[in-house]
Amino acid sequence: MTTIVFNRRTLLAAGGAVLASGVSGLLLPARAEGLAPTPSMRGGTNNYREGAAIVDRIGKGGFWMTGTVRRAGDGAPLAGQRIQIWAHTTEGQEHEPQSHGATLTDKNGVFRLEMPQIIPVFGQPHGHLAYDSGEFKAVFLRPVMRSAKETSLEAHFVLQPV
Amino acid sequence: MPTQQWRSARTALIWVALAAAIGVPIAAAALSPLLAWRDAVYILAGFAGIIALGLVLVQPLLIGGYLPGLSAYRGRRAHHWIGGALVVAVVLHVGGLWFTSPPDMIDALTFSSPTPFSPFGVIAMWAIFAVAIIAALRRRLGLRARTWRIVHMPLAIVIVAGSVVHAILIEGTMETVSKAALCALVLGATIKVMVDLQVWRTRGTLRGENR
Repeated sequence: MTTIVFNRRTLLAAGGAVLASGVSGLLLPARAEGLAPTPSMRGGTNNYREGAAIVDRIGKGGFWMTGTVRRAGDGAPLAGQRIQIWAHTTEGQEHEPQSHGATLTDKNGVFRLEMPQIIPVFGQPHGHLAYDSGEFKAVFLRPVMRSAKETSLEAHFVLQPV
Repeated sequence: MPTQQWRSARTALIWVALAAAIGVPIAAAALSPLLAWRDAVYILAGFAGIIALGLVLVQPLLIGGYLPGLSAYRGRRAHHWIGGALVVAVVLHVGGLWFTSPPDMIDALTFSSPTPFSPFGVIAMWAIFAVAIIAALRRRLGLRARTWRIVHMPLAIVIVAGSVVHAILIEGTMETVSKAALCALVLGATIKVMVDLQVWRTRGTLRGENR
């Protein structure tokens, strides 16, 4: 089990690195004004469960995860994109199914999902978000809250077509 | 007569202070609201880390002979045993965290973690293991006191610095003030013993050292 997770992450990390170095090196001069794709963050895939259901709210709520999804290059907002969200909250640990949920972006490319309060785990209060639907390259984010007392967190995606 | 009384009062005071320096941070962590949302293994792993930090404070105090009532010989014996206990505490800390979230622990051990404190803890862990292994083999390797010191002192500095930075940067169950105080004592005790025992001297042995 561990091996699979490790391989997957290594692959993603390597892919991210190639993406970051290769793409910026090769394409950036050609479209200097274009919006660069968001790279995946270290540890972003940790405790990911593929295919979390689209929900109105994760658990009892009380905390807001918000953000935007745009297209790399022209920055156009992307509607109907599925963003998966998970974290260690007052209602469950990171790996537990009840800590996972997904939502769709609206016509302005904005997503907003209510979830239980995130609490510090492994030394940092942080959440996880993933775009992993296939149309664009997968991106895994792991934003950290400025304070464990905050009741919201945001993360923004700039996606690159496959 | 007053001298005698003062001496025993001082002895008691030092031991009470040591018990407080280690006991208060543990008690404060036991009151952390975060514990409500952690399971037994994760809690155990966290406290193993806190206890390990406490043991890191005891080590220089023992070897410096600052704890009254212990002969130099017994202080050194205790230093060895507590070194072993430190290894056990670190193994419980890492093992418990691995069980709690394998990918996060693998990230930490491979130095690919997003958390800035992880590499400090991992480096301190390897330094602790290295000291324990070399200490266990010291006689077999025929290491003399001076050679041993040259090996142990840099590793001791890595252990202390790594552990303190690791602990300070973590936002976890430890209460901030008691954690900072314990870390300051660890640093202070380490610097004091290194100065007092002149660990960087090139020759000779001090009290109680073999060979």
